[in-house]
Amino acid sequence: MKARLLALLPFALAIAVYLVASHLRLAENPQDKILPGLGQMGEAVQRMAFAPDPQSGDYVLWKDTWASLKRIGIGVGTAAVLALLAGLNMGLRPWLKTVFGDFLTFLSMVPPLAILPILFISLGVDELAKVTLIFLGVFPVMARDMLLTVEKVPREQVTKAITLGASRWDVIYRIVMPQVIPRLVDNVRLALGAAWLFLIAAEAIAATEGLGYRIFLVRRYLSMDVILPYVAWIVVLGFVFDWSLRTFIKRWYGWYLVTK
Amino acid sequence: MKDKSSADAALHIEDLYKSYGPKLVLENVDLSTSPGTFCSVVGPSGCGKSTLFRMVLGEETPTRGLIHIEGERVTGPGTDRGIVYQRYSLYPHLTVLDNVALGRNLRTPLRERLRDRKVIRDEAMTYLKRVGLDQHAAKYPHELSGGMQQRVAIAQALITQPRLLMMDEPFGALDPETRESMQLFILELWEEYRMTIFFVTHDMEEAVYLGNRVLVLSQHYIDDRGPGVQRGSRFVADYELPSAVQSTKVKNSPAFLELVQEIRRVGFSPDQLRHVAEFNLRHPDSFQTLTGDERRS
Repeated sequence: MKARLLALLPFALAIAVYLVASHLRLAENPQDKILPGLGQMGEAVQRMAFAPDPQSGDYVLWKDTWASLKRIGIGVGTAAVLALLAGLNMGLRPWLKTVFGDFLTFLSMVPPLAILPILFISLGVDELAKVTLIFLGVFPVMARDMLLTVEKVPREQVTKAITLGASRWDVIYRIVMPQVIPRLVDNVRLALGAAWLFLIAAEAIAATEGLGYRIFLVRRYLSMDVILPYVAWIVVLGFVFDWSLRTFIKRWYGWYLVTK
Repeated sequence: MKDKSSADAALHIEDLYKSYGPKLVLENVDLSTSPGTFCSVVGPSGCGKSTLFRMVLGEETPTRGLIHIEGERVTGPGTDRGIVYQRYSLYPHLTVLDNVALGRNLRTPLRERLRDRKVIRDEAMTYLKRVGLDQHAAKYPHELSGGMQQRVAIAQALITQPRLLMMDEPFGALDPETRESMQLFILELWEEYRMTIFFVTHDMEEAVYLGNRVLVLSQHYIDDRGPGVQRGSRFVADYELPSAVQSTKVKNSPAFLELVQEIRRVGFSPDQLRHVAEFNLRHPDSFQTLTGDERRS
């Protein structure tokens, strides 16, 4: 309990420093927008999340959240599934690794943001380009890690499975896959940070909704009262995902935490 | 030394060679085993025991020579062999019960598997009971001690009733007391099921205590090719022993200790070399094919 309280200390300190600085600035100029107080931010949240937008009638924060999560979900989800399949098949079918191994390494060296213009030009400015950016940003690293994980499964286990009657397909999907899934979930946890980066970059450049889009939109009006709650909201979302994935592993893959 | 046809033998190896690049590991290995034999293979470390094991398993291909199991040529790992390794025999993501049931589950098509779930479960439970671990059915392998894990691994291999049970230093990682109780346990199982066992170990006492046939694999021998020739390991001795299960006390009897000493002399000491024509191969199943170079008449 004491440790918990100590862990909260830096948070409390940061908030306190901000509030003092904000208070001092507002005391000097009540119109100041750079360091809004809690009241101003509360009003902004009320306006963005709990009241319909006067023009479109949307609840903007929820609409932005839904749009962003959909992009991240599809991008990271597709990357995870394909990374799993790529890792399993390249790890257990040597000829596939021979063919695609170097290409995968090459792909992982390409800085995704550098090819963002290419994506916008070739895929249009709609959802596909944004999702593709997230996918390209997280897939190669995940796939390479899954490959290494699959290769680390002792060869003895594969031979043993065959003597127990396993087919090639059984070995891949019934013996090895269940063993590497928790590692895949760990990979998703790590990839989410990068995914947010690519999402916000893509949304900042071309979008009509989304958390990143909103932040870059209101920046023009120096609306720190909107930006700060949005950033906090992104942090909360990230934390919730990480926590749920960790809990998922703990609940279903207890052996993984002990033996890894 | 009679010539046995390979079809009758549980395991038949003839003129087997294995080299890695320029290094010759196994040379002209011959072996034939009657069904139901507990064959223990012993030899100094680095003699190629594990290489031989992996070739019988089908994980590696011989450079030359053939291996047959009940007349069928070995071309890869197959369901006629059951394996127990020193480690890695159990799947960490499956419960103890599911580990044992795996051999059944993998061989049953999905629809039947769903229908017969309870039957398979009960069968796995029977085997688990036989190895004395039915109380631990719901645990995961990492929750068991080393000895218990090996018991589960044995049950896992036995459920498919393999024609040949292969074990590579299965008790090598256990403490001496557990090791001894596991030795007694595997002998009991052997007496019950009478399967052919191919048991590889570097421990001479273990080999002599367990096997009713002890084969010594070694690179320490000479032949007519003279000095300076690179020689691979082969069986330098082959003993027939009583097959009754004896208490572990027999390990202190003079006859037992003498045999261990003899194995040490013929297999483990580089300065007392025997000629290929003078190997002790008096086991009734034993045979040896020598090339003209090795034995000039």
